[in-house]
Amino acid sequence: MGRMLSALQDRALELGAARLAEQQGNWRAAIDDDYVYWLVLDCPGKSVNTIDRDVLTELSHHIDHIIDQKPSAVVIRSAKVAGFAAGADINQFVGATTGDIRGMLKEGHLVLDRLADLQAKTIAVIHGHCLGGGLELALACDMRIAVKDASLGFPEVMLGLHPGLGGTYRSTMKADPVEAMTLMLTGKSINAKKAKAIGLVDAVVEERHVGAAVDAALHNDIEPTSHGVKHQAFSLKPARTLAAKQMRKKTAEKAPKDTYPAPYALIDLWEEYGGSEQAMQEGELSSFAKLIESETSRNLVRVFFLREKMRGLRTGKSGVKHVHVIGAGAMGGEIAAWAAKQGFRVTLGDVALKPMGKAIKAAFKMLQGVLKDPLKVRDALDRLIPDTDGLGISRADIVIEAVPEKLDLKRKIYADIEPKLKPGAILATNTSALPLPDLAEGLSDPSRFVGLHFFNPVSRMQLIEIVSHDRISEETTSRATNFAVELSRLPAPVKSAPGFLVNRALLPYMAEALIMVDEGIPKERIDDRAEKFGMPMGPVELNDQVGLDVALDVSESLRERLGGVFPSTPGWLKKMVEDGKLGRKTGQGLYELDDKGKPQKKPVESLKDGSKDDPDLIDRLILPMLNAIVACLREGVITDEDVADGAMIFGTGFAPFRGGPINYAKKRGVDEIVAKMNALKEKHGERFTPDAGWDRLRG
Amino acid sequence: MPKSVYIVDGSRTPFIKARGKPGPFTPVDLAVQCGRPLLMRQPFPETAIDLVILGCVNVIADEMNPARVASLRLGISDETPAFSVQINCGSGMQSIDTAFRYIERGTADIVLAGGAEALSHSPLVLRRGAVDWFARLNGAKTAGQKLKAASGLKPDYLKPVLGLERGLTDPITELNMGQTAEILAHLFDISRRDADTFAVESHHRLAKATHEGWFKDEMLPAVAQDGSVYEKDDGVRPDSDVKSLAKLKPVFEKPYGKVTPGNASQITDGASWTILASEEAVQQHGLKPIARIVDSEWGALDPSIMGLGPVVSTAPILKRQEMAVADIDLWEINEAFAAQVLSCVKALDDSTIADEVLGLNGAGGRIAMDRLNVDGGAISLGHPVGTSGNRITLHLANAMKRLGKRRGIATECIGGGQGGAMLLEAA
Repeated sequence: MGRMLSALQDRALELGAARLAEQQGNWRAAIDDDYVYWLVLDCPGKSVNTIDRDVLTELSHHIDHIIDQKPSAVVIRSAKVAGFAAGADINQFVGATTGDIRGMLKEGHLVLDRLADLQAKTIAVIHGHCLGGGLELALACDMRIAVKDASLGFPEVMLGLHPGLGGTYRSTMKADPVEAMTLMLTGKSINAKKAKAIGLVDAVVEERHVGAAVDAALHNDIEPTSHGVKHQAFSLKPARTLAAKQMRKKTAEKAPKDTYPAPYALIDLWEEYGGSEQAMQEGELSSFAKLIESETSRNLVRVFFLREKMRGLRTGKSGVKHVHVIGAGAMGGEIAAWAAKQGFRVTLGDVALKPMGKAIKAAFKMLQGVLKDPLKVRDALDRLIPDTDGLGISRADIVIEAVPEKLDLKRKIYADIEPKLKPGAILATNTSALPLPDLAEGLSDPSRFVGLHFFNPVSRMQLIEIVSHDRISEETTSRATNFAVELSRLPAPVKSAPGFLVNRALLPYMAEALIMVDEGIPKERIDDRAEKFGMPMGPVELNDQVGLDVALDVSESLRERLGGVFPSTPGWLKKMVEDGKLGRKTGQGLYELDDKGKPQKKPVESLKDGSKDDPDLIDRLILPMLNAIVACLREGVITDEDVADGAMIFGTGFAPFRGGPINYAKKRGVDEIVAKMNALKEKHGERFTPDAGWDRLRG
Repeated sequence: MPKSVYIVDGSRTPFIKARGKPGPFTPVDLAVQCGRPLLMRQPFPETAIDLVILGCVNVIADEMNPARVASLRLGISDETPAFSVQINCGSGMQSIDTAFRYIERGTADIVLAGGAEALSHSPLVLRRGAVDWFARLNGAKTAGQKLKAASGLKPDYLKPVLGLERGLTDPITELNMGQTAEILAHLFDISRRDADTFAVESHHRLAKATHEGWFKDEMLPAVAQDGSVYEKDDGVRPDSDVKSLAKLKPVFEKPYGKVTPGNASQITDGASWTILASEEAVQQHGLKPIARIVDSEWGALDPSIMGLGPVVSTAPILKRQEMAVADIDLWEINEAFAAQVLSCVKALDDSTIADEVLGLNGAGGRIAMDRLNVDGGAISLGHPVGTSGNRITLHLANAMKRLGKRRGIATECIGGGQGGAMLLEAA
């Protein structure tokens, strides 16, 4: 942004009479010449508003004042550039008893009901993010005017909940009920235009016309969006029952009921009480209180805080503006494209132009999917500069090497580029296999060298392992961590050790599956069990997706470095690799894969009766994974249990509703797990030896 | 005292032949493709650029003032002004000339001057009758009026006009550019064989220059969204010979004409940037000048003989600098048509024209073929009209440096009856 536009930024938001009003608690309020009461939410000391008890209590006082003053209208909006409000403050639920939470919600409902009952016309002006509790506040107003950039949604389902401040019935009563349900069931946000189309807001305007739109609303010149016919239809229970059946079916495709109860509870709630606002309000309260006690919700809230914790590892700015990526292979290309999407200037270096073309093509596809807006896609692609001459090396603030895992090749590249690096530039490697101390050998300044281990695909996997080594400087580690957060990814600081954290934990899971295949257990069964446990992808399929050659390579190098605790690879796997059956890459692996890389799986139900099974199947897959994480904690590869859990969730998709592997282990009981591992060790061998680190978890 | 102005660097995209449908890049896309690596290799930050000027003839509707669009898309500060210039086939040189004047006068120190053209994106234009029909339809209020208006549609309206075809037709004389070359071929007695021989040489020279790596820093690869990579000018035919060219039929004036697709410039997409800098900027940023711009000139004459533009624009420079044709070590005359370039060579060597019309007073003479378009030209690499003037100036500077030559002139003919010329001196 240029100087002129930045200088004008704080004039952009229309705050009416409240612009100059004094802050009182979380709000600023003033009445203008037309007797419009401007009530602006401006939570002190934060860049985003959240809805908490204080916000609502203070709102209640303002309502008293409004009743007193009898203004012609009330405008509620946010003074934060980021948006209206990010939702309820989840912190207030942590450690609270169900009774407390119920009490809090009841109070909140009272305040919002009072707001809804005000005689004066109430108008919510919504810009930026308007989520969860924020949207519920807006829905309690008579009208909603959305600014074009607004993004509205109910993300509660991601926390194993549904809206609890009146959102369930206000949204289904005001907007198209089926669309409102979809919004709450998926947790996905919608833009202002879509919100208008489904009746969630009544008008969409540019920020500069907010004043005029408020004026129009005041004079009844804005027709509230109405879905009268639909509301009438769905006020009848049989209609809701029919729709609810569809919703349950659709939800079941995404989330099984026993692990994710919230969407089902919401559907029940609407089906049962959707005809009556009052009944649904009662129902919402009890359903919400029940959900917040559920294991799933606790764990998902935990995941939310894990994410916050990992983001919170940021200590300041990385100072990175220009990123240079070496190697336009799949990973290098992804990293470069993602960094360009995040606003960095990126040069992508490769000696060959062909992979560059492939990388740009893939980047274009990814950016289209993520950014949607063609102008933003164009700008991101403009920032992504193919650089066969390596011009970016001496201009970049960080150089990320992402070439094949060959020690000599990487060292040679470092030797070439290190003298060209800008003073203060970070040299990073995306290695997943090679020890950083070995790579750092020969560097004249190893203190600037760090591992940034991205996960594939970068656009979807949020984790980056920040890999340190004995000669790294603290500044490099913290700048790399800050950079990861600036990339909108989650950093997990780890020490250089074989496989770091995530691959070390994941490899036993993948390797054990191969042994099971070797034993004759149908691969579909193995994958199905793992997926039922909550893994995003079964281990057999994962081998195919990663590539059998890579899986073989990594497991052999891990075995070499970690010794006997690692399972050996079946001989037929080596043969498959020799024969070029590598999984997704070649279309043939443990499964046959179609062009899109989708494996041709037989339905589990169709497996022959009496086909091989193992009652310990899931433990054989999961316990060695936990064991590896415990070993990493003991060895100091990673120091923080929470971050280890977060790394596994955001790097591998480890069942979020279980709150992470360590959380799962503790809930299940360390003693039980150790005993089980010992039993498995008896039966299957040393690889199930419980790590010495389990003792420390007992505390 | 005017300040010295240097060409310090420049780059272009490979020239991509138009293949009957819009190519992978718009004019600004092309300018961004070669501009990004060019800026990346400069020792100065983008904030040091005082002005951006871009020549472009066929501006597409989404890129009005392409200079500004390109400047912002290149990540140059929004506080740096950018404007586009247009004098048909001279636009790319006009940007350099304008930049030259700003720096000479001392109001700018570093200017990014370019040319961009995507002829494959030339619009299909509706016929006048169709436009009127649309207007009537839009104006109709009642259903009856609408029906009446709609029924006035004639099948002929649906046949679009190629915008490019109109663009290459002189509006004053209604002569196609190829026809103006036919006129010159007649007036200067250029045979079909002469023209074909010249064309073959253009291909051979370009192929050699590419093969030798002489374009290494000048031509930078472009990568399209769909992953296709453009590394080289794709119109070059290294195996071209006079025999094969002789088989081609005349396109503009059948059946006796001499101008064929083989001895005319190709229709292509491409962009080029040249960076100009003042003495102070050279000192301050440690820039390495390739050449100094000594002088420039625009000339004009009857549109029907527009191909002689180089002659009427070069002569005043020679007079002003008190030089003769023989004093110029290297020439870049844009190859709109082989017959047209050969006519220019003959004209400068024709004492009637050189002395009586141009007033060269014996300073005329014959340009030796080994000084002219030494690395090929628009016949082999194509003529993206708004770009060519920029390319020949930049390439002249690079070629002078490579060959250790002292003086060079880059010049082009301009549709509508004009010409532009630029005199460079080794820096």
